[in-house]
Amino acid sequence: MMVVAAGSNRIDPYLIPALDGIAYGLLVFVAASGLVFCFGVANILNLAHGMLYAIGGYTAAALFDGGWASLALALTVGVLAAAAAGVLLAGLLAPVAAGNHLSQALLTFGVALAGGSLLVAGFGPDDPQVLVPAALEGSVVVAGHRYAAYRLVFIVVAAVIAAALYLVMRRTRAGMLVRAAVDDPEMVACLGVSPARIRAGVLAAAGALAGAAGVLGAPIIGPGTDTADTVLLLSLVVVVLGGLGSMGGTLLAALAIGEIQTLGVALLPSAAPFLLFAAMAAVLAVRARGLASRWRAA
Amino acid sequence: MRDEVIRRARGAVAALALAGLVVAPWVVDDYTTAILARTLALALVGVSVALLTGVAGMPTLGQTAPYAAGAYACAVVGSQISDVGVVQLAVAAVAGAVLAALTVPLVVHARGVIVLMITLAIGELAVTVLGRWRSVTGGTDGLAGIAAVRPFWGLPVLANDQDRYLYALVVVTVLVGAVLLLLRTRAGLLLRAGRDDETRLRASGHRVPLYLSGAHIAAGAIAGAAGSLLVVAQQYISPADFGFDTSALLLLGVVIGGTASIGGALVGAALVIAVRDWLFGVLPGHAPLVLGVLFVATVYLLPTGVHRARGRWGLPSEPADQPDASPERDQATVPELHR
Repeated sequence: MMVVAAGSNRIDPYLIPALDGIAYGLLVFVAASGLVFCFGVANILNLAHGMLYAIGGYTAAALFDGGWASLALALTVGVLAAAAAGVLLAGLLAPVAAGNHLSQALLTFGVALAGGSLLVAGFGPDDPQVLVPAALEGSVVVAGHRYAAYRLVFIVVAAVIAAALYLVMRRTRAGMLVRAAVDDPEMVACLGVSPARIRAGVLAAAGALAGAAGVLGAPIIGPGTDTADTVLLLSLVVVVLGGLGSMGGTLLAALAIGEIQTLGVALLPSAAPFLLFAAMAAVLAVRARGLASRWRAA
Repeated sequence: MRDEVIRRARGAVAALALAGLVVAPWVVDDYTTAILARTLALALVGVSVALLTGVAGMPTLGQTAPYAAGAYACAVVGSQISDVGVVQLAVAAVAGAVLAALTVPLVVHARGVIVLMITLAIGELAVTVLGRWRSVTGGTDGLAGIAAVRPFWGLPVLANDQDRYLYALVVVTVLVGAVLLLLRTRAGLLLRAGRDDETRLRASGHRVPLYLSGAHIAAGAIAGAAGSLLVVAQQYISPADFGFDTSALLLLGVVIGGTASIGGALVGAALVIAVRDWLFGVLPGHAPLVLGVLFVATVYLLPTGVHRARGRWGLPSEPADQPDASPERDQATVPELHR
């Protein structure tokens, strides 16, 4: 009994940060998976991706009042609004020469700048307060520690979203088309599927994922003036570390980033500013060969 | 014959512009002079972006990282070790080059849009570090009250805006001249060749990654030196000077200037920065909105942005949406306007 207590005492202080890391990591995964789609399928560096997340976050702050009905409403509106913004982005990108990455990046940056400004104009310059559902406001006891119930439920919901994403990509026709478009877009076009439609669909799906992450994750990474930048940075790091285009790799990278941002900071507070940088450098150094060939192929 | 005329005309325009810049501080007020000095520093970063994006074919959104490294190194050296401008410039350039050298393994094997992505992550991570490493960088408050600089041992300190501006102008002119000379040598030819047909250059025994690493480190040194000029011009730095929007503005300026043209990059970056400063002056609050719309409009108006798409629009298979678009295409759509 004593031994068990001593053993658990050494792990205990880090249990809560570790759980937080999982919640954070899954949130980043749902946000970053949209960026993976944009990048892998449409070959677009979408710098407005963080803004799509912010749309979801602001929607949650504006519509959500603590009840389940308003949560469903906020989720629907947030997902639809962000997906619509994704379609708008696809429409704006249509006349730009595909493969002209510089123009695409500049255009999406312009949209991010203008969209962020509109969000601030619409919802005010202060970071809005975000509630959690009244039923989940308390805390539950996890291994002798109190832990916010919302985060625990969020972990479950985000895991369900990740699993659903996997199933959609593997089992449905839409998922097959998307994977086919990654492998051989010309062949898909020959089969009679318009690449422009796939691109619009992918940007809409990316917007929907970012919007869902924004609504559900608002209590974790809340809406504010620098939300878009934070989410874009975390998503980019996750996509780069995850091996550019693989969903499994993205999930692993997102969980690693989540743990670094929470557990890493708790373990090594003095090195906190450099942990993300160091993690990126370390992973890239270890996997340099594999990634180098992938990069050249991409 | 026509080329000869164009070359002469371009030389005359450059000389006129330089003369205009030299007399500018006596024509405009002190505030504008200070803004001009800062614009010169940013234009020099634009040159380093053009060197990587246009000449070497590695589009970058991360030159703010060596720029910030140079600026903070210069600020620390300036307040603790030496107030001599040449020393600070050298330290800043070395700091930028070292940071660029550290990130070489991350970017040198990537091409096209992936370089954009990785460099953007590097630049953003650098800003994050600046904001959190309080003991050295002063956190998000930045470093203020940086001592005035003397250009060389024995010279008086630069006490007013005009002197600081002229110092920045001299440094930028010398460094841009050095870059232009360097690009005329074999090194410049090899970089352009690697951009235009990497496979062929590799096949003839050239080590392209080595050249790209060299270009990356050189661009880092230039950006670092520009950071030192920013410290001299502003006497205050904070992470906000090195944000993601700065990288995007510089890239836009470089694209407007013709991507591979050093002179074009100077003009384009200066123009974009001037528009931003002007917008934030006349439209406080709505400047980002207008700036964003200007970004979109510029992309549509650029000859390389939409025009090419129209040419390709009729193609049945729409090679457009290939995710594995070869790096050659990336460069092919960004032709040099000012060769």
